[in-house]
Amino acid sequence: MLISINWVRDFVDLDGINIDELIHKFSLSTAEVENEIFYKGSDLSGVVVAEIKSVEEHPESKKLHLLKVDAGDGKLTDVVCGAPNVRAGMKTAFAKVGAKLGEIDIAPRDLAGYTSYGMCCSEKEIGISEEHGGIMDITEDVPNGTDIKELYEIDDIIFEVDNKSLTNRPDLWGHYGIAREIATLAGRPLKNLETADLSVYNDLPKVDIKIEDELCRRYSGIRFENITRKVSPVNMRIRLFYCGMRAINYLADLTNYLMLEMGQPMHAFDSRKVEKIRVKRFDKPFEFKTLDGVERHIDENTLMICNGDTPVAIAGIMGGLDSEIVDDTTSLTLESANFDAVSVRKSSSRLSHRTDASMRYEKSLDPEMTTVAAARFVKLLMEHDGGVKVTSALTDEYIKKFDKVTLDFDKNFVDRYTGIEISNDTIVKTLTSLGFGVKLDGDHFTVDVPAWRATKDITMKADIIEEITRIYGYDNFDVNTATAPLYPVRVFEEKNVEEQIKDILVKRYSMHEVHSYIWAYADEYKKLGIEVEENIKLSGAVNPNIETIRRSMIPTQLCQVRSNTSFDTDFGIFEIGRVVDGLDEKGLCREKKMLGITLFSKTLDTEALYFKLVNILSVMMDDIRHKPVSFKAVEADHAYIHPKNYNAVLCDGKELGKIGLVYPTVLKKIDKKANVVFAELEIDAVVNSENAGIHYEETSKFPPIDIDLTFVSEKYAPIKEAIETVNSDLIKNVALMGTYSDEQGKAITVRLSFVHPERTLTKEEVMEIADKIIAILKDKGVALKG
Amino acid sequence: MNEQIVQLQQEFEEKLAAVTAAADLEEIRIAFLGKNGSVTSLTKQMGKLSPEEKKTFGQQVNQLKNACTEKINERQAALAKAEMEREINSMPEFDVAVPPVLARGSYHPITLVQRKCEKIFRSMGFTVEDYSEVVTDYECFESLNIPKFHPARDMQDTYYLENGQLLKSQTSAAQNAIYRKYRDQLINEGKPIRAIFPGRCFRNESTDACHENTFFQMEGVMVDKNISISNLIFFMKTMLSEVFERDIKVRLRPGFFPFVEPGFELDINCLICGGEGCPSCKHSGWLELCPCGMIHPNVLREGGIDPDEYTGFAFGLGLTRLAMMKYGIKDIRDLNAAGLTNLSQFTDDK
Repeated sequence: MLISINWVRDFVDLDGINIDELIHKFSLSTAEVENEIFYKGSDLSGVVVAEIKSVEEHPESKKLHLLKVDAGDGKLTDVVCGAPNVRAGMKTAFAKVGAKLGEIDIAPRDLAGYTSYGMCCSEKEIGISEEHGGIMDITEDVPNGTDIKELYEIDDIIFEVDNKSLTNRPDLWGHYGIAREIATLAGRPLKNLETADLSVYNDLPKVDIKIEDELCRRYSGIRFENITRKVSPVNMRIRLFYCGMRAINYLADLTNYLMLEMGQPMHAFDSRKVEKIRVKRFDKPFEFKTLDGVERHIDENTLMICNGDTPVAIAGIMGGLDSEIVDDTTSLTLESANFDAVSVRKSSSRLSHRTDASMRYEKSLDPEMTTVAAARFVKLLMEHDGGVKVTSALTDEYIKKFDKVTLDFDKNFVDRYTGIEISNDTIVKTLTSLGFGVKLDGDHFTVDVPAWRATKDITMKADIIEEITRIYGYDNFDVNTATAPLYPVRVFEEKNVEEQIKDILVKRYSMHEVHSYIWAYADEYKKLGIEVEENIKLSGAVNPNIETIRRSMIPTQLCQVRSNTSFDTDFGIFEIGRVVDGLDEKGLCREKKMLGITLFSKTLDTEALYFKLVNILSVMMDDIRHKPVSFKAVEADHAYIHPKNYNAVLCDGKELGKIGLVYPTVLKKIDKKANVVFAELEIDAVVNSENAGIHYEETSKFPPIDIDLTFVSEKYAPIKEAIETVNSDLIKNVALMGTYSDEQGKAITVRLSFVHPERTLTKEEVMEIADKIIAILKDKGVALKG
Repeated sequence: MNEQIVQLQQEFEEKLAAVTAAADLEEIRIAFLGKNGSVTSLTKQMGKLSPEEKKTFGQQVNQLKNACTEKINERQAALAKAEMEREINSMPEFDVAVPPVLARGSYHPITLVQRKCEKIFRSMGFTVEDYSEVVTDYECFESLNIPKFHPARDMQDTYYLENGQLLKSQTSAAQNAIYRKYRDQLINEGKPIRAIFPGRCFRNESTDACHENTFFQMEGVMVDKNISISNLIFFMKTMLSEVFERDIKVRLRPGFFPFVEPGFELDINCLICGGEGCPSCKHSGWLELCPCGMIHPNVLREGGIDPDEYTGFAFGLGLTRLAMMKYGIKDIRDLNAAGLTNLSQFTDDK
């Protein structure tokens, strides 16, 4: 919202005050001010009121005229002018030689053979409106040579307040409210708002108004006749223009002016169209044409202003085309009303139509303001147009008031909240200046909240703290640390585990941590031929890529791998992220935090890559929980998974997650010449698995004996089980040395390390144990090679 | 001088001169000085000599023996030195000018920034909490004093799910649970609540270089008997100075957030120009950094804490924004795009 300092000066005397500093103070104490401040008129000088004494046609130009102008300096000046509205006897704004109009310096200038000593200006040229159809037609009776800036309020300082920072301040949506803040910040009194006494019309007939819906708190109306003024006073137009509004016609301008001054939106109807004002909603939707000529769809939730049963305006948003003031309007009805904030906001967003009025109503305007604004309207109207006749009493339907808010608190409460000393005097002075009624009894305050702050903004004593401290100034605060007892800060186990996982994968396995979205990005999935699996969706989603929440991180990671195949021949990515595994019995999302790992390789074969990941998971669990992991073949549960080598990853028999390969068609779409393996573990399962800790064992001083055994088998060889069956204390380690396939089948070499704690072992006693293992495996059809 | 000795000495000199390897030297040593070597054999002839001759001959033989031993040792040392030189010379000179391939992994920049912040806050007594991404309306709004019809609840800002839950639009969604988790310790044991809760947040908006629908925030709260605005300013200034590793100036302006009262927008002096004014602070010298405020009494009450007895402050930091500021990341979308060429640059930053 744009604020005019001239307008503020109507209500606060700012003489002798540095305005830039004041605006800065406002931004620190009240609401955010945009950086750029506009110094209107500062680039304009040397423009005076001048009378055009004579007009002659230019002999060689159809457009140009030759003028003799009296600029009040005792001579006639020759001017060449191209404006269509130029006429003798007319007074206009005249830029003398030496004048400045923004970037332009006025100097004698030759125009088609004649020299022009100055320029007659349009309103646009002197920066007070967009009007550029002709030169200014000044009707005020002032001597020629009067500086234009003395005649009109051209010099002004305009600053812009960020609307978002006014969300909770309905009272600041007009200049009078802003002036109240500025008066407090400047330590000057706020002047009363001058209004007309409307009680003199009490004997006139009332306007027929009935509120039939509680979404309208208050509706005040009054009627006028005989309005002859069409164009607004120049100063009024300048203010509107500086504050970002275009002048339309006098009546529209005046309602806008009142809205910018008081924050109260108003609407003027042609009285012929609103004989019986009814405020209500309709049972059935219908189409309604607003005064901007747009046909709008009105549903059963939208509050309407009606003439009987005929809708004439959308309450709080915009008037209808049919009831608009037109050329033959002789009598008009002014609406000054208050509507429910939520209802206006919802209607305006349903209609996708946000107006200056709706923007204000949705902040919860003070309903006390409707009659004051009407009285102010009448006061200005009478000043501007002497012939106006009021033809009705002020009619006021007020069906729903806000509760009066009174707050009680002690000085102690303020001290505790602020942590500094702010004196009782300062508190009383601050609150009084902001319009609060303050009673102080010892150290106890009783505060009446003014109506304009009591619609939602200030409801409790904590709200008062802000009023006191923001005016006191946060820059003036002494800053102190809190004195609170200290306790050791424990890191939660889950956090430890996650950090360990990240460190292991990054530092030891050179993997890259990535982030992703929680939804299944359908277009990316499609590139790999992966169907988005049925799961909970965002409601009202319009983008199929941002719709279904993912069940697994793996498809996401496959897409990420696909887009990185040119990064390197071999790489791994991981993420700790969330998935939703359907809904639980209460209908709530079963959210899980998962670790997803995917490896990509153009150099390793599938098996080597698979075992690399097996190794990573084993080392990871050994580091984190000092426990081994085991694997158990399971059925592929998603279409993008290869049916073979899909294994559950187990620790202590409990499933942590899965490891697997990608379905061939998907793999080919990632890269025709590469291999991909993935694993997905549930973080909770890892965290909840028991930590075996480090068990230190003194190692034997006697040398180990290593025996390498190579077994040949067509299928899975239960070597591990055979070793466990033999259960010898002397076997200290079993390591897989390698596998290969030949015509006899698949060969697996394992190395058994035997150690005795107290003596050197003999080859014979070691072979005896090995033979037992060989025998068990032979029974299961697994032969020793060679 | 005995002729035999002279001859033997000559022979020894000749052979020694021809030696090029340590093994040959050993051969000579055995041939002359060994048990049956020619020098040793000379002593065997002594028996035939007179005591006078014996003495002279013995001396001469000893001299020869000593001279040979010395020469062999000398020669051995020279050979060893030559061998060492050969070994040293045979070592090629490596070309270290060729840049090595840095085969190493990377952390996501958010992890790096988050770790740093967590470390700072832990050192100041704050616990680090984690929270779910799918939350209820109660957690995200109602418990935070955001009334039913507040614009923040509108569909256009929040991702609601079909079951009425939603993707959390702010880390504040964890506040209520944290108050409930620690309220007993606060009330019964007098332990102040100090917690930060980093997390992923979601807002329904179209993405561009400056806007993302998925981003990270970190929220912090402190609740105790007499926490004041003065404390809030102190903590924010201290923490932010740690985060940015320099003395930071802070400035508070009124800001409206339903879950705090009073609420503030906190600005810090621009890190690029230091407060002089530059394009990145729009010439104001200040950067709007984080919303904060005194926790709203209704929010404390909803968390089971009596606002007449306890007060507290809360603040929010945009982790995503911090990461972008710290590393000069210009396009916010790069953070979720998983482009390894970009991300692999974030190796570590402790």
